[in-house]
Amino acid sequence: MEILVCVKRVPDTAENEITIKGDGTDIQRDDLVYSVNEWDNYATEEAIQIRDKVGGAVTVVTVGDSEAEEILRRQMAMGADKGILLADDAFEGSDGRGIASILKAEILKGKYDLILTGAQADDGAAQVGGMLAAMLDWPYASLVNKIEIDGKKLKIGREIEGGNQEMNEIELPCVLSIQTGINEPRYVGIRGIRKVASVEIPSHGAGDLGIAAGSVGAAAARVKRADYFTPVMGKGAEMLEGSMEEKIDKLIELLKAKGGLK
Amino acid sequence: MDFALIPPASGTFLFIPAWIIYTLIPVVGITLFIYIIVMRLKPMVLAQPDMPMADILANVPARIIQVIKVWLLQWRHPRYMLAGVIHILLFAGFLILGLRSTELMFVGIKTGFSLPGMDGTLGAIYNVIRSYAATWVLVVALMAMYRRLVTKPARYAVPAKYGKPHTAEAVFVLGMICTLVLMEGLFEGSLVAAQEQQGMHAHFLAPFTLAWFFQHILAFANKDTLQFFHSASYFLHDITFFTFLCFLPMGKHFHVITSLFNVFLMRVRRGNIKPVKYGITGEELDNLKSFGVKNLEDFTWRHILHFYSCVDCGRCSDNCPANAVGRPLSPRFISIKGRNLLFATHPLHGERKIEKQPLIGSTYEEDEIWSCTTCGACEQECPVGIEYIDKIVDLRRGMVDEGMVPQSLQKPLSAIGKRGNPWGKMEKKRSEWTKAIEGDVPVKVLEGDKADVLFFVDSITSFDDRMQKIGQATATLLHRAGVDFGILGKDEKDSGHEVRRFGEEMLFQSLREHNTEMIKETGATKIVTADPHALNALKNDYEDLPPVEHISQFLAREVRKGALQFKANGDGQKVYTFHDPCYLGRHNAVYEDPRAVLDAIPGLKRVDMLRCKDRSFCCGGGGLMLFYEPEEEQRMGVLRVKMAAEAGANVIVTACPFCLVNMEDAIKVAGMEGKMEAIDLAELAAQHLE
Repeated sequence: MEILVCVKRVPDTAENEITIKGDGTDIQRDDLVYSVNEWDNYATEEAIQIRDKVGGAVTVVTVGDSEAEEILRRQMAMGADKGILLADDAFEGSDGRGIASILKAEILKGKYDLILTGAQADDGAAQVGGMLAAMLDWPYASLVNKIEIDGKKLKIGREIEGGNQEMNEIELPCVLSIQTGINEPRYVGIRGIRKVASVEIPSHGAGDLGIAAGSVGAAAARVKRADYFTPVMGKGAEMLEGSMEEKIDKLIELLKAKGGLK
Repeated sequence: MDFALIPPASGTFLFIPAWIIYTLIPVVGITLFIYIIVMRLKPMVLAQPDMPMADILANVPARIIQVIKVWLLQWRHPRYMLAGVIHILLFAGFLILGLRSTELMFVGIKTGFSLPGMDGTLGAIYNVIRSYAATWVLVVALMAMYRRLVTKPARYAVPAKYGKPHTAEAVFVLGMICTLVLMEGLFEGSLVAAQEQQGMHAHFLAPFTLAWFFQHILAFANKDTLQFFHSASYFLHDITFFTFLCFLPMGKHFHVITSLFNVFLMRVRRGNIKPVKYGITGEELDNLKSFGVKNLEDFTWRHILHFYSCVDCGRCSDNCPANAVGRPLSPRFISIKGRNLLFATHPLHGERKIEKQPLIGSTYEEDEIWSCTTCGACEQECPVGIEYIDKIVDLRRGMVDEGMVPQSLQKPLSAIGKRGNPWGKMEKKRSEWTKAIEGDVPVKVLEGDKADVLFFVDSITSFDDRMQKIGQATATLLHRAGVDFGILGKDEKDSGHEVRRFGEEMLFQSLREHNTEMIKETGATKIVTADPHALNALKNDYEDLPPVEHISQFLAREVRKGALQFKANGDGQKVYTFHDPCYLGRHNAVYEDPRAVLDAIPGLKRVDMLRCKDRSFCCGGGGLMLFYEPEEEQRMGVLRVKMAAEAGANVIVTACPFCLVNMEDAIKVAGMEGKMEAIDLAELAAQHLE
């Protein structure tokens, strides 16, 4: 099975303190560390496990600048066979629809049976997967937490309320957005990344993909980012101050006072 | 020469001269033994390299001392008093009777044989000693059998998941030992009885020895009976002796042969970890196809020698904190399962009896290998010097290489890679703890500047709210002692101590490279740390650094010099006990300095726990172990806190931030808040500064 996994390089929320720039145009990016989006990591692991079971190849693709190459290498160290970087100045500032159309152009150049995306990105809006499927006119299922291969069909699962499981059937080719917890992604050490350090990663621009530069990027975005700000504290809200211990003590005190803890 | 009874070599059996039989038995026995040993050596020859010969030879004096202490003098045995004394007597008996057994073998071939130099006074003295040796060997072998069959100490039990108990094997061997000494006594006793009856000059038999008893029992037996006992006992002794010899390499009694070599090859340096592969340079490391131990063939020859040497005495597991709290790890079975796999893979004859498969998932389990805190209690205890930490780390290296790392460890590892600390906190916040120091204590944040002494803080003391107090106390102590010191600040990264021990060698090496460069830039002539894990890393994992010491060592010296003085401990209700951190104590042999510091505080009441110093009980593990979510029935810390209470203490003093985390958590989990408290030595010392 030919599987394509769409991945994204994001500031890791566990290893950064996200603050907003004074002028509200963006978050502070000076001191950020990046990693592969957590959901995409589960998607890659799932793709590798499917390939190991039924054969085929796993390709990882990302839309980003040259720095995004590092996450492609990481996913290749994990076991993906191939990486493709979609980079072009014209792509910068694309909205979700723009990203989906860039991915679509790359997908049509290949012959893929299954496209996986993360259910959402740490810094995203969970929109690309669905739009991509619509643009391709392929079936789409989201928040997938289980995949069983059944010939030309897949049986896919989704968690529903109460910890119950829903199962669906979907025909290949299709697009799935993957939920965390579908598997246990393997560890990628420095050694693994070094092993793929010299593998050539093709970079495709707008010209390679046959995309009109004006149809993507900031200018073509129909959703435009207007502002970032920290909300003012609402009525009844209270920020606990002090060390972690002090905060916990105060929280417990509050919970007890309101009858939440006995 | 007249004989009271026909000697073995002069007799006949079914018209065959007996000396032919008694020549054949050793020839067949020794040939078989050599064959078995060669087959046992085969996997060692095929195994991965271990310490190169040059390294072994570089430490010969230290190794000989180890052989004398651990092997010859059985230094570690009396840690379990009864079993230890039994073994020491058995072992001494073996050494003494070795000569006699050799002599006896030849007696069957040549009548009147005696070993060179053994026919005079020396021989007479030896004969008395070996007669008593044979006697006490019988007594202690019977005692050992009684322990195996009746007393059944818990540490000998084999949990069902690990297979069958080894009682039968133990009793069989003890039975053979009893047979050997009994037959030897009967052989000699029957002869002397005959000599006495015939008025001939009789051998002297030391009173109350086995031979002496047999002589008295048989004093009135007729000559034919005596002859029968004399001949039969020799025959049985000879057969048993070679059966015993060839049986040794079949199981746990192989240690009789291997322990000498194993002890000679024991680690001479402590606290370090074996390289990924011996004999390759740093650059070649990148080109290795595989890392660590994944299959049986990936073990080194010394690992295999360890498997052969395990006596199954259960001391390692009895002292293993992971085993004590019900984690799926029992060091003893790391060896036993390894040996079982080796024997099945390399049988004495024929094809392998087990199909080849990766060790993890067949012989060992992932959680089993992650359960180890590398506290070193098992290695400290093993009477034959088997080592576990290197094996555990090698197995982890293999798992890391295959991506088999629990999710709970992946985040902190990735954060260490990106931010230099397992919580992923920002580098620039690494020195923030200095802002909250009470009093006027200047801390130079070097970040390029110079200082005489470098205080290596490491991650937990830099970032954990509670542990920052240890850093603050340490800085206060250094300042009050008049030391020109500084910290690396954002230039410091995690020492990587657990990163290495959790098998992520390449990440460790990049941390080591970074820290080494930063430390050297400071021009410091000495490094001090309050974290024993950092101490061990800088001292035993890093190379070419200025001397490193723990704050307790620094304090002990300053106190002795009189440079630091403490005021009296006013609280008469408090009883203190010192919990030895594994990486301060067992791995670096610092036991007395922290106690000396405590004892320098006037009026401080201190008791030691039953398990202290090199038998200290791990708090639950440091570094990445804080993040690992083990399967366990209870926490190590809870057991430890209870031990402190049993000792009559109500304050646990430790000298390691990880111990403090675990102790404070354990006090809460055990519901002992208000009854027990925990404090770091540096904090306690700073509180008591004049």
